[in-house]
Amino acid sequence: MLKKDKTKKEKAVAKPKTKSVAPAEPLASKPDSKLEELQQTRERKNVLMQGNEAVAYGALDAGVNFFAGYPITPSTEIAEILSAELPKRGGVFVQMEDEIASICAITGASLAGAKSLTATSGPGFSLMQEGIGFAKITETPCVVVNVQRMGPSTGMPTSPAQADIMQSRWGSHGDSPAIVLYPDSVKESYELTIRAVNLSEKYRTCVILLLDEVLGHMREAVQLPDMANVRVINRIKPTVPPRWYKHYDENQKYLSPLASYGEGYRFHVTGLTHDSHGFPTNKANEAADMMERLRKKIVYNIRDLVQIESHEMEDAKIAIFAAGITARAAKAAIAIARKEGIKVGLLRPLTIWPFPDEAVRKMLRNVDTVIVPELNQGQLIHEIERLTKEKSDSSIIKLQRVNGQLITPNDILRKIKGVS
Amino acid sequence: MANIPQRIIHEYLRHDKKFPHVWCAGCSNGIVLGAIIRAIASMDLNRDDITMVSGIGCSSRMPVYVDFNTLHTLHGRSIAYATGVKLHKPHMKVIVVTGDGDCTAIGGNHLIHAARRNIDLTVILINNNIYGMTGGQCSPTTPHEAIATTAPYGNIEPDFNICNLAMGAGASFVARTTAFHVQEMQGIIKDAIDHPGFSLIEVVSACPVIFGRLNKKGGAPQMMKDFRDNSVPLAAVDKLPPEKVEGKIIRGVLRKDVRPEFCSEYAALCKRVQEKGGE
Repeated sequence: MLKKDKTKKEKAVAKPKTKSVAPAEPLASKPDSKLEELQQTRERKNVLMQGNEAVAYGALDAGVNFFAGYPITPSTEIAEILSAELPKRGGVFVQMEDEIASICAITGASLAGAKSLTATSGPGFSLMQEGIGFAKITETPCVVVNVQRMGPSTGMPTSPAQADIMQSRWGSHGDSPAIVLYPDSVKESYELTIRAVNLSEKYRTCVILLLDEVLGHMREAVQLPDMANVRVINRIKPTVPPRWYKHYDENQKYLSPLASYGEGYRFHVTGLTHDSHGFPTNKANEAADMMERLRKKIVYNIRDLVQIESHEMEDAKIAIFAAGITARAAKAAIAIARKEGIKVGLLRPLTIWPFPDEAVRKMLRNVDTVIVPELNQGQLIHEIERLTKEKSDSSIIKLQRVNGQLITPNDILRKIKGVS
Repeated sequence: MANIPQRIIHEYLRHDKKFPHVWCAGCSNGIVLGAIIRAIASMDLNRDDITMVSGIGCSSRMPVYVDFNTLHTLHGRSIAYATGVKLHKPHMKVIVVTGDGDCTAIGGNHLIHAARRNIDLTVILINNNIYGMTGGQCSPTTPHEAIATTAPYGNIEPDFNICNLAMGAGASFVARTTAFHVQEMQGIIKDAIDHPGFSLIEVVSACPVIFGRLNKKGGAPQMMKDFRDNSVPLAAVDKLPPEKVEGKIIRGVLRKDVRPEFCSEYAALCKRVQEKGGE
């Protein structure tokens, strides 16, 4: 057992292709971190797991060592699991007084060098919006998991909805970049949690993971990969002496090194519009530079950010565009429709923001009809309408539901048959 | 800077681009900044291990001027950000500079919970009794019947006693001083930074340009004299007749006890869990 573990461990260390390999540091006054040891010894067999569990273990495997959160249905299991697991690994779990404090604490911890994450649901996500904007303007890596429930307001806490798609893009005031991922299975919840943490480190921003309530609580058989097969990205650390350090320096890809508090760089961080050193500015050109950098780091790296699944689209005349749990129903509907000879396929964005414009435009070129099923009163459909302006209105079919119930394969099948 | 005598504070200020500062003539914030720097200078601390965190408001503009790790955050949230920094790097000295509106109105929840946890932060709350940055609106510490731009007929609300609030919430070090009593302030700040637990210092300060003008306080020098004449050291309170204490600012360390500190408790919890293998 021990020998085996050791070889695995060596592989895991060799694997990550990152520029910086500085391990996240444990609390100074605490015993050595047992993170790696625990990760290596975890049984990697087929297990039944909830989406929320998958998120928690994905966070741990991605190297998250700081969680601050506040209980809220239907995300609470993530906090519960991490409250048990993080102390074993030398990481920090803290239950804050509210969601506002949670986003602030993970941002502060990240500036001190932690890989940090919080998990919440609609009402808490709304409360976090100002803090999410702060993490974005200060380019501080962190991850917010939003297990969506039906709103508005308290809504239906244990019922699914997909109504935070626009909030996850536009919820914080002011223009800001957004990276939002959206899994459709328990396994993918694990994978996209790791990807969310990786992207937050790489792009120095607050990355959001949207989960459906159903996915958070649904159990599926999952085999988590060996750590050797988990790619972990750590933030780029500065190599220059402190006096040359710019907190918002940039290379040709608009990715900049990030120092942590306590490393001698003594940088300033502010939510005010700032120059490349991080000091507040009122100069128009410096303000414009900052805003451009925030925009460009997304736009210039869109190929790296966008992930989209194309399912049975090769000969499809009808395309279904759906995300998360609704895409699962769509796949079932497609299987039935295909048996009847209907040429229908599915496009499913795993990265929902930045919206995969080019990929969607290309894939919809040869279809006659797009069906957009979603658990809201119309959010994704606006993006499809924007991308298919030249098509007639009738070619976009909406299928929307906001009663706390899922869209079923039959619902989608009826729409497919209605246009085929 | 050829002819400016080098003082201790110059070693700790950021010199390029940050000055002139944003504060009005007669504002007490600079006095508090000076006291913080001199207190730190007297303590033999590595400035790489000091993080200064603030929220939004006049006093919260302080971090940009000092050569520490500095974090200027959202309105009311400085203590929550500071909690994150401190928990990840517990060896750091984390100092929060905040104001009465920032810390007791919008940020009141974070204040009481940080005090309850007894996390080792040093909160220096500069209380000028008004929202200065936005032009003079009523704050939770604006005195009853005082004038503010949002209380043009006089404030009908009672004001917070910040130190009592912090003590009630469980802060283990609580002190009050004024912008006039600079030596005392410096000593208290040093003690508070040394204190292993949540500490809160209320510095009663002067906003002559807005609060003073609206309430006819007679300008900065007069407000300073008022702090001198209308305050009583805690040690003298018992010796004075009640009428001489009534309505006065009580100065000094109001509470200092040792009780379990949050980061240490968390570290102990981790140790316990790890030794027992998570059982």
